Amino acid sequence: MTAISVQNLVKKFEDLVAVNGITFDIAEGSCVGLLGPNGAGKTTTVEILEGIQAPTSGEVRVLGRAWATDAGAIRERIGLALQQTQFYERLTVRETVELFRSFYARGLSVDEAIARVQLQEKSKAYVMKLSGGQKQRLAVAVALVADPELLFLDEPTTGLDPQSRRSLWDVIDALRGKGRTVLLTTHYMEEAAQLCDRIIIVDRGRIVADGSVQELIRSIGGEQVIEIATSPTLGDEQLKAQVPGLARVTRRGEVAALTVQELHVAVPAVVAAVQAAGATLMQLSTRQSTLDDVFLALTGRSLREDEA
Amino acid sequence: MNPLWQLLLMRARSLWREPSVLFWTFIFPLLTSVALGVAFRNQQLQAVEVAVAQGAADQATAARLNADPGLHATVVPLADALERLRRGKAALVLVPGDDPELKVDPTQPEGRTARLLVHNALERAAGRVDAVTLRTTEITEPGARYIDFLIPGLLGMGLMMSGAWGVGWSIVDMRTGKLLKRLMATPMKRSHFLLSFMLSRSLLTLLEVLFFVLYAKVLFGVRMSGSLPAFVVYALLGSLTFAGLAILIASRAQNTQTANGLMNLMTMPMMVVSGVFFSSSHFPEWTQPAIRLLPLTAVLDGLRGIMLDGASFFALGPQLLVMVAWGVLPFAVALKIFRWS
Repeated sequence: MTAISVQNLVKKFEDLVAVNGITFDIAEGSCVGLLGPNGAGKTTTVEILEGIQAPTSGEVRVLGRAWATDAGAIRERIGLALQQTQFYERLTVRETVELFRSFYARGLSVDEAIARVQLQEKSKAYVMKLSGGQKQRLAVAVALVADPELLFLDEPTTGLDPQSRRSLWDVIDALRGKGRTVLLTTHYMEEAAQLCDRIIIVDRGRIVADGSVQELIRSIGGEQVIEIATSPTLGDEQLKAQVPGLARVTRRGEVAALTVQELHVAVPAVVAAVQAAGATLMQLSTRQSTLDDVFLALTGRSLREDEA
Repeated sequence: MNPLWQLLLMRARSLWREPSVLFWTFIFPLLTSVALGVAFRNQQLQAVEVAVAQGAADQATAARLNADPGLHATVVPLADALERLRRGKAALVLVPGDDPELKVDPTQPEGRTARLLVHNALERAAGRVDAVTLRTTEITEPGARYIDFLIPGLLGMGLMMSGAWGVGWSIVDMRTGKLLKRLMATPMKRSHFLLSFMLSRSLLTLLEVLFFVLYAKVLFGVRMSGSLPAFVVYALLGSLTFAGLAILIASRAQNTQTANGLMNLMTMPMMVVSGVFFSSSHFPEWTQPAIRLLPLTAVLDGLRGIMLDGASFFALGPQLLVMVAWGVLPFAVALKIFRWS
């Protein structure tokens, strides 16, 4: 069963094309991340799926139904957290969840929804007294209160400190494996890698890659990265000629990042190449390939560029 | 867990838990009416001040004037007397002599009274016999005082203000914080949402009206000449009129600053011309038809009609028509153009 089906989705605003022909299906029970930099069209796509915005063209089906004909039925069965909702400041956590519960025919008990996000201790606190992380957890509790088959989380951890982010990841992680479908957007690659079994990378309104973390990293030709700085700098051709299994070289300032298949073969070859060129090795380190490397390979830009 | 009940609870809680709402709705009008009630209380008229210039028989003349309780005469040099007249400390200067002269400022209403009183006192002292004897009975009637006029005025203004800000500002605030968008993504019925605003507004209006009537009676002895239920129903309709207008203003505003500006634009002119603090009859005749078409004028005329003149609800047909038109039309437009995000 497909939970979400999107065909050639386009959304144009007066002076820009936010979504430029996107097509994908999401299987029931999976957790999928829409990953991309700010302004990539993630939120617009998700808000169209949530029935908040209308598409300019294209076909969207949510839980097998179309928004134009079945809005009421879809709303009963989905849950969502927008990017930072400001709930009523002078309502308590419990009163807020209770309010939202009242709109749905079926769902969790109010206490159960609060327990799922571990806000029991704050259930009598006013919303205005909550920290940023607690407010986001409240937003997730409100998203869960209808016990939805399909859950949308739009940048659930943006703006949170690392600790709050991790604790929210635990909450989201616990939701998986209950047969629920989750679609979340993020511009944190760690978040996508941690939570999602499938990642759709979007940039400038288009899908640039789609697959599991392993698949995406394999697609750029290697799972390992060697970073070196030498004096003088070695050229790409020089390196490619001497290092076996070298898929790509990308440079950031003095540092060259070499994507390779197998470290135990590549590292000695790199050292040999440096010596052969009569250069001095200033720095050498290795790491696993990340989604950022994937994004960089596909778009020539870094996901992190817009991160403050 | 009925959704309408939950929405109503949310409105009630957010009002009840917001101290500034309670202040502006209840304490502020009370303080205003106490301040204005004290400043404009009806006093016994003071004796009219007359300056008698030094000269022949000045003391005797002053004594004759002082025999009239409505006059208070002082003897001073001519220059001082004129100075007093200029400053408004004396209503009239009398230069005594065989041919006494009165100096009066023709633009001062007190001057005319002073001239008549002085003339009368001097004539009587000179032996005039009155041809007609007048009997005077003094009457001070509740209902004709400034505070009687002011209380319904402040109530009408309060209904307008709390309608505009209580409904309009709240909606825009919810839009700015994306709460409207979030609510729209649930199966919530939009009619329930709007109804919750209407009902909570009416509930607060009921408390507001009863509070006004009670404190006006206890503190100032303001009487309710007409029927209290008619007064309450009229105030409820007035308050819904302003709520309808406020929803229109709030239907597209993207931030609270814009909404605030628009609401000031709506309320300020009406506060001046519709007759909150003074009667709108002071404005020129040709402006009157336009003023009568304003919603606040209709609300104030009706409240004053019922409270002060004992008018029946149905005698206020034209005002009711104006009010309902101002409530229904903007509300209908608002429903068409309302933005949830």
